Amino acid sequence: MQILIILPLLIPLLTGCTALIRFREMRQLAALIGLFLNMLVCLLLLLETQVNGILVVQAGAVRAPFGISLVVDSLTAVMLSISGIIGFAVGIFSVTIVDANHQRFAFYPLIGFLMMGINFAFVTGDLFTLYVAFEVMLMASFVLLAVGGERGQIEGGLKYVTLNLISSTIFLIAAGLTYAVVGTLNMAQLAARMAEQPSPGIGTVLAGLFLIAFGIKAAIFPLFFWLPASYHTPPIAVTALFGGVLTKVGIYAMLRVLMMIFPQEIMFLQPLILTLAAFTMIIGVLGAVAQTEFRRLLSFHIVSQIGYLLMAIGLFTRDSMTGAIFFMVHVILAKTALFFISGMAYELGGTYKLKKLGGLSKRAPGLALLFLFAAFSLAGFPPFSGFWGKLLLIRAGLEAGQYVIVAIALGVSLLTLYSMLKIWNEVFWKAAPKHDADEMPERKRLSPLMMAPAAALVALIIAVGVLAEPVFKLSESAAVGIVEPAAYMQAVLAPWTGE
Amino acid sequence: MLLVFAITAGVIFASGVYLMMRRSMVRLIIGLLLVSYSVNLILFSVDDSGTRGAPIINSAEVEVMSDPLPQALILTAIVISFGVLAFTLALGYRATQVAGTDNIDTLQSTDREI
Repeated sequence: MQILIILPLLIPLLTGCTALIRFREMRQLAALIGLFLNMLVCLLLLLETQVNGILVVQAGAVRAPFGISLVVDSLTAVMLSISGIIGFAVGIFSVTIVDANHQRFAFYPLIGFLMMGINFAFVTGDLFTLYVAFEVMLMASFVLLAVGGERGQIEGGLKYVTLNLISSTIFLIAAGLTYAVVGTLNMAQLAARMAEQPSPGIGTVLAGLFLIAFGIKAAIFPLFFWLPASYHTPPIAVTALFGGVLTKVGIYAMLRVLMMIFPQEIMFLQPLILTLAAFTMIIGVLGAVAQTEFRRLLSFHIVSQIGYLLMAIGLFTRDSMTGAIFFMVHVILAKTALFFISGMAYELGGTYKLKKLGGLSKRAPGLALLFLFAAFSLAGFPPFSGFWGKLLLIRAGLEAGQYVIVAIALGVSLLTLYSMLKIWNEVFWKAAPKHDADEMPERKRLSPLMMAPAAALVALIIAVGVLAEPVFKLSESAAVGIVEPAAYMQAVLAPWTGE
Repeated sequence: MLLVFAITAGVIFASGVYLMMRRSMVRLIIGLLLVSYSVNLILFSVDDSGTRGAPIINSAEVEVMSDPLPQALILTAIVISFGVLAFTLALGYRATQVAGTDNIDTLQSTDREI
């Protein structure tokens, strides 16, 4: 089953190559098939890791620490599956909502390349290849963000590009210095060697550099300003994909690199990380409360949710890691669903401004119900997925004795609920503003191709909430893989060292 | 030798950051360029400067063979930064067209309430 590991890279690459097809409809169909197959392969990989354990491929059959290893363990498989699902949902959603003007410029092929970069970042077991994967992902996202060339897109794009390039630069410096200190770039060998020799000082510097590099990508507190400045500018399907998955790739990189390779340094940096987490949560949610534009409000919520994940990283226990992975699955689903819903509200109301929207609970009761479920899940109501994610995180925080951060997390939850209620009141509950009634051109109807992906994601949210046990088991096995990386090292290195 | 590398890389990095702080779009892009150059220099200094033999079996003593990996890393990094910079230049050019100015401070419309 070795070929299975390569397929999450090959299929999106072929999806990207559909740019060569000349006719738009055929291109679209081919790309959708590609995204569907990608999702299927990722889910198969998840099944495979649960049955057979960690899967490893050495690229070109070069021995482990010298070549490039592709590794799929539980965490990787979970991330692959969830991003595969989101990729396909966004593909379907884009069919009708992204106008022909945007689709003409290789919209679907770019999504293919973006998915390739994301999958590559998850699959790789090599620090430098992770950098290359980030660049592939960023390049595709740069173009997706800027295509269309409206003023807002160009401005947002410039900020996004500049800050992400700085982040890549810091990542590259950190990777180079890690090689200078430890003498390898293979993550399994890095983890083994860092565990053998407790290195004071220099290890902390490296961990700090990685924290900054991944922190910019994940949008943590003092480094998040590019996100609300750029995420609301591209077409809504692109925003949904970015908002759902891209920042979480940064969190995944933190889990994989910081947690697995520098566990001692994390303990040293714990107060700093927890402080940053608290600020990320608070500033993010306060920013969201202050916004009056649908997409910008949701963009600030991305930042706030990243704070919860950072808190789990800061606590650094097995339970908090389990909570982090569960929460990540939940937040990717909920966030993408909410962005989908904002896009459909725009289709109906013709604007993203909360003041000018209104009356959608009468016009589109199905949409209102979807929003209610997704918003309750984000705020952490039972029986939705967000409740379990937050419960696990809060419990891990209480067990670790970090009462301040727990109190902050709970307070932020309340504010999250408040800002969601604000959207509900403005967009769905209140009557449609009078002065707009005569300007509104015609009563648009929502295409089933828009409703279906959003409904599917909300169904998944409910399913994760109701059937929390299997997802919890999965998160736990992924968390164990990070906290106790012995199995990971064994799988990557053992066939070559002879034991 | 290592000290020379460190100081040079530091000065280039600092110049890049200084240029990025300016208001002009062109300076921002040149700043990004300089920073990526300085990283290449840092990667280059990872290898011991005393070893300058080609890393090919039977062509040099093992002790003086240079480490090929940092060079491979630099090569990859150069190619990537080349591509990214080409895109950034195009984006910057488009931004000056759309905004009608080279001044980055005027590009604030996405951060303001509309």
